[in-house]
Amino acid sequence: MTESSNRVEVRVRVNGRDRAAVVDARRTLVELLREDLALTGTHVGCEHGVCGSCTVLVDGASARACLTLAARVDGCAVTTIEGLAGDAGSTMSVLQQSCLERHSFQCGFCTPGILIVATELLAENPDPSEAEVREAIAGNLCRCTGYDSIVAGVLHAASVARGGRS
Amino acid sequence: MKAAPFALCTPGSIDEAVADLSEHGDDSRVLAGGQSLLPVMAMRRHSPAVLVDLRRLVALDHITVADAHVAIGAMTRQRTVERNESVAGSVRLLALAVPLIAHVTVRNQGTIGGSIAHADPSAELPTVALATHATMVVRGPTGQREIAAADFFLGMHTTAMGADELLTEIRFPLDAPGCGWAFEEVSRRRGDVAIVAVAAMVRLGGDGQVAEARIAMSSVAPTPIRASGAEALLAGHPPSAELFAAAAAEAVLTIDPPSDLNGTSAYRRHLAAVLVRRALATAADRAGR
Repeated sequence: MTESSNRVEVRVRVNGRDRAAVVDARRTLVELLREDLALTGTHVGCEHGVCGSCTVLVDGASARACLTLAARVDGCAVTTIEGLAGDAGSTMSVLQQSCLERHSFQCGFCTPGILIVATELLAENPDPSEAEVREAIAGNLCRCTGYDSIVAGVLHAASVARGGRS
Repeated sequence: MKAAPFALCTPGSIDEAVADLSEHGDDSRVLAGGQSLLPVMAMRRHSPAVLVDLRRLVALDHITVADAHVAIGAMTRQRTVERNESVAGSVRLLALAVPLIAHVTVRNQGTIGGSIAHADPSAELPTVALATHATMVVRGPTGQREIAAADFFLGMHTTAMGADELLTEIRFPLDAPGCGWAFEEVSRRRGDVAIVAVAAMVRLGGDGQVAEARIAMSSVAPTPIRASGAEALLAGHPPSAELFAAAAAEAVLTIDPPSDLNGTSAYRRHLAAVLVRRALATAADRAGR
């Protein structure tokens, strides 16, 4: 039998920086990020895996941080929205800049989750079709835009990253 | 909402995990990928005292091809299965159904074993297990046993496994020569829960007639169910649109689907008939190629 505990120690590399915390076993990753590590760029919406706004990368694969126990990321590398920008946040990623140029977002609540899944998509598929972009962001709710401007921003980013400026 | 407080234990072996489940019994739940369990805990529909976290059991993360089946470890991520060439080539139905599970982000974390053990009647994988005649390999305090899919799903979120048993592996038989598979599903939006889903297989004999047909339906009963009357009606006949329409009508004769926010019982019955007809036509077309 294994020892069971209400408290767990978590050692995790977040955006390239080693962090540690001792938290309740029920602590979710999004709570760890926002409340223990003060990284409030990751938003928390529904808290049960429906809205996608808390999405982060865990070892390069997207995960809903509200459906991931903090204990689960012990020993992992996590990338949040704060980690997408370069030079400690002073320069935006190609994706962020492209979405800015295409006026992709309005209120900003869904933005961190959508930029994370779009980052995952472009890392795996540098030349996605519009349908592939729509599929990639299908798990993330945006109540402002109707999604067209977001799709345009992601396609623009893919084009820029491939060397075009269209 | 947030889950009620619980204690976490993280066994380092299958035997330790089984010992943990024996110790805590009905007060415990197994944490695999967490994509179904953590939402129901956040909604306080489950408040287990102990979670047995399988993350250290790397032995349960594998896809192994044997003579007659592809064995998939219970902790194998759905996204891994989706990208596996052996699955794509040999267990066609699994390759068709897995991309329809929720979204990439959920499939990155969600596991094969977690979804099957959760036994949600609207989920894709239990329906796939039933249609493919998969075998569930289960470990308990007295050793290992194998449970056929037909005997595994007992009710809504209820399986033949005891509280002290752990699902370790699912064996999917290799597709038979001459068979075609189809998976049809309707949901309100892409990635949402299936209002109805249908898995179908048609195997054509050398004479061009249907040698074997299988139909499994999700979301129309507390478990995924086979349409055995419709399957019997198809065998021995040449495939045709009329035959598939008759089988579809037969398939929904005895079902009594539930009504909920996603659809009424009558709508589900209608969908089931349409999807059975489409799935059979697609499966037969693929079998003939």
